[in-house]
Amino acid sequence: MISLTHYLTVAAILFTIGVLGIFLNRRNIILMLMAIELILLAVNINLVAFSAFLGDLTGQVFAMFVLTVAAAEAAIGLAILVIFFRRRGSIAVDDADRMRG
Amino acid sequence: MIAILAFYLFATMTIASAVLVIFARNPVHSVLWLIVAFFNAAGLMLMTGAEFIALLLVIVYVGAVAVLFLFVVMMLDIDFSQLRSGFTRNLPFGLLIALVLLAEIIVAANARGAGPLIADRPPEAVQPNIVALGEAMYSRFLFPFEIAGLILLVAMVGAIVLTHRSRGDARGQNVSRQIDRRPQDAVEKRQPKVGQGVEL
Repeated sequence: MISLTHYLTVAAILFTIGVLGIFLNRRNIILMLMAIELILLAVNINLVAFSAFLGDLTGQVFAMFVLTVAAAEAAIGLAILVIFFRRRGSIAVDDADRMRG
Repeated sequence: MIAILAFYLFATMTIASAVLVIFARNPVHSVLWLIVAFFNAAGLMLMTGAEFIALLLVIVYVGAVAVLFLFVVMMLDIDFSQLRSGFTRNLPFGLLIALVLLAEIIVAANARGAGPLIADRPPEAVQPNIVALGEAMYSRFLFPFEIAGLILLVAMVGAIVLTHRSRGDARGQNVSRQIDRRPQDAVEKRQPKVGQGVEL
């Protein structure tokens, strides 16, 4: 029988893979954005699983809002990436040192 | 039985393709594995009875976000091998953090004994998922729904403003000059003699 715990475990593994991706590809912004998408996907699986478990639709509505924000984030992130590449000719995170942060 | 098999198939495929997203050498392959991960996650959501979210995942993520990623990866001329330089150096530390995080989350998820999903129980409601979701979205969650639309509008305008550049050599339309133009300035009437042309 597939229980809530199964879904939570899958989402936990997916979330961890996303975090690991951010750690491993510290120089590549594109892969970092993809890792963030994986993390948001894990969150969505959690929301939908809890929605089914509790019999409450609020989780699915919230998953839709997460989806919206994820799409907006990807669009803005990639736009920033494109102008950054146009100015510096690279997408390495280490090159983003204009503000001496 | 089939449901359990399908769950394990979707779960293993999602996790395996997520691992390949991170470890693929070529970023184009990463995007393609991301698409596979989204498809299988949509299958997982379909099994919980959330059909609309599953379809939305395929339409929005596979149809829009992944294609956006693919466009950006393919359009920019980037040396990706140079970007992977810190990969092996960060691997032990990253794995340590990831394992600790995973153990914590799994312990937390198992702390409370969870029963079966409602989707596995006999359905009481005859209302389809999409109808119920639509009624919730357009009544109780109307205001957040409008805000979500606003967020998408801001993202669209922001992306256009960020990436748009005005080129000096491009020919544009000057509306005020067009409106200022009068027939007296533009049209000239001449009466050339027979056999002669008009000098411009």
